[in-house]
Amino acid sequence: MKCDMILAGVGGQGILSIATIFGYAAVESGLYLKQAEVHGMSQRGGDVQSHFRISDKPIWSDLVPMGKADLIISVEPMESLRYLPWLNPETGWLVTNANPFINIGNYPDQEALTAELNKLQRKIVIDGDAIAKEVNNPRGMNMVVAGAASLFVDLDFELIKKGINAIFGSKGEEIVKSNIDAIVAGREFAEKNR
Amino acid sequence: MTKKKMLFLGDEAVAQAAIDAGISGFYAYPGTPSTEIMEYAQGSKTAAERNIHRTWSANEKTAVEAAIGMSYAGKRSMAMMKHVGLNVAMDPFVNSGVTGANGGCIITVADDPSMHSSQDEQDSRILADFALLPILEPSNQQEAYDMVFYGYDLSEKYKTPVFMRLTTRLSHSRANVETRDPRPQNEIKLPEDKRQFVLLPALAKKSYKRTLANQKLLLEESEKAPWNKYIDAPDKSLGIIACGLAYNYLMENFDGKSPYPVVKISQYPAPKCYVEKLARECGKILVLEEGMPMIERQLRGLLDRDVKVIGRMSGEVPRDGELNPNIIAEALGLKETFGAPVPELVAPRPPKLCPGCSHADFYAAFVDAVKNKYGDGHLFGDIGCYTLGALPPFQAVNSCLDMGASITMAKGAADSGIFPACAVIGDSTFTHSGMTGLLDAVIDNANIVVFISDNSTTGMTGGQKSHAEGRLFKIVTGLGVDPAHVRIVVPTKQNHDEMVKVITEEVEYNGVSVIIPQRECMQTLRRKTKAAKK
Repeated sequence: MKCDMILAGVGGQGILSIATIFGYAAVESGLYLKQAEVHGMSQRGGDVQSHFRISDKPIWSDLVPMGKADLIISVEPMESLRYLPWLNPETGWLVTNANPFINIGNYPDQEALTAELNKLQRKIVIDGDAIAKEVNNPRGMNMVVAGAASLFVDLDFELIKKGINAIFGSKGEEIVKSNIDAIVAGREFAEKNR
Repeated sequence: MTKKKMLFLGDEAVAQAAIDAGISGFYAYPGTPSTEIMEYAQGSKTAAERNIHRTWSANEKTAVEAAIGMSYAGKRSMAMMKHVGLNVAMDPFVNSGVTGANGGCIITVADDPSMHSSQDEQDSRILADFALLPILEPSNQQEAYDMVFYGYDLSEKYKTPVFMRLTTRLSHSRANVETRDPRPQNEIKLPEDKRQFVLLPALAKKSYKRTLANQKLLLEESEKAPWNKYIDAPDKSLGIIACGLAYNYLMENFDGKSPYPVVKISQYPAPKCYVEKLARECGKILVLEEGMPMIERQLRGLLDRDVKVIGRMSGEVPRDGELNPNIIAEALGLKETFGAPVPELVAPRPPKLCPGCSHADFYAAFVDAVKNKYGDGHLFGDIGCYTLGALPPFQAVNSCLDMGASITMAKGAADSGIFPACAVIGDSTFTHSGMTGLLDAVIDNANIVVFISDNSTTGMTGGQKSHAEGRLFKIVTGLGVDPAHVRIVVPTKQNHDEMVKVITEEVEYNGVSVIIPQRECMQTLRRKTKAAKK
């Protein structure tokens, strides 16, 4: 088993929580893991990415080689496209939130962006914000996207849910439940739309 | 031995290892990518129970000095910083190679090749080599953990500080780490030679000879260290030297089995026996090292003729920037894989000041009071979030040299006759390296305006406590700035006109003015509010 992922978004959107939850499930399954994060200056509203690798064999590089990623998980549509050079052109999937985060003047035209995403054969474009609202978790967009992406990661979904418990447990049962609802809703969407 | 697997950033592995290996004091100034070592120690329950020192220092020089002081007392210490922080600490750092250590002392420096969050990409191995210190360069998180134990033993055995070099991709990458049983801290035990740490010339000459004599022994240690190895392979047309992280990228390309002989280096002085063997058996040597071509240059020597060496200096590997698996594939002539190109419509998204940031309101006032009136070119900048004032929309900052340089560069410019000459520096950077420069300006009564943009935190690195908090007015007037020309303003949109007026008045005053726009960082405020709710 091996899954190389690129997590993408804008500083502050919560991509690291996705990695933490998958990471929990990976460690519980006895897998090896390497996850390179971005800290520091670029966190200030800039583009951020994390290389995230899990495998049942020891992993050498902290960085995913170009063209080898099995999955791009993005909480922002334009950011998902920034990492296409890493995505395996034959087998890789791209899972992204549909809603742009616009904090620059030259953000591309929405239609052109959608057209660009539509060119991809293996993709899930999910309205994470709307689905998060539907399950009464308006700040759970990243969990919805994580749920959709979980379909393409060979990890036990029950363990992923347990990961939410481990990470949000200190914030109370209600928060845990609403995040589990979000991740389940995301996964269901991906099942229907893959 | 208890075997416990934890998921650690490289930085966290170093901190946990130091705690487990019996450290008594961490000393550091925040700097990406080294910050999380101290933050982990500060959050550690074990460190609290063991009463380990773990508060921030004013700068890297004071941190290294305090760490050496603790080593003098016989206890184990660590100083941590980013690569450019080592420049600030160079004086005690280099001299510590001569005094040596008593209790185990590790100086951990995190380099930032590719300048993800830095102003240069200097390779601190070269500086440690210059200071004659043994170097540990882990290639993964587990080695980082294990090397801290080893490093303290090496430090106490040879009475020398030990240098540990991390890079961004190790510091900020998480992996499984197996921890060990903790061992106790050292008791206080003064050095046997009570003049060991006195660098009077007569004594220093003796100590220096001891340091030099140690080098041969340290080389022997390197040659038997478990993380340095010679991995033989049949194809001798090429030999590869892979230092630190480069080893991983190499093995990624060969799936763990190189067809060419490989020398893995993670401890220096470089293991000469393996390098000699590689040179003897292979027609050509490819050197893969993160940062600058240190080993490559040593191998080439001045004459560059005994052995054919390729690497960063000959262009097979790019001269700048961090390594990755693709760069190494290219150097080896392997077939590379690529995904689709980045679509043209993808726009760059540079970092920017956060919404509601106090620095932004200061810059808005500065632009109206100075830039629009006297033109661009009058504001010397410094290092912190506010360096982003150089970018649109303000484009107001004209320099960013090193910590504290805003004030002294403004003074030099004022000395040359530039008017107005202004400096902008953050509160934490001011207590790090700005105070002495301000004293210079006071002594000469230089005609400068210094803005200490005080957001009451070390913002850029994630909101660490600032030494300046609540002390700025006293420090500035204590250094001799006339209290009538120390002006505190609250940078908000509502106060824009008032700020413009204050700036205009102080620009027109002939002498040293200090204006302190004072309002808490939005990120720190948000975290505090969140914590208060819990």
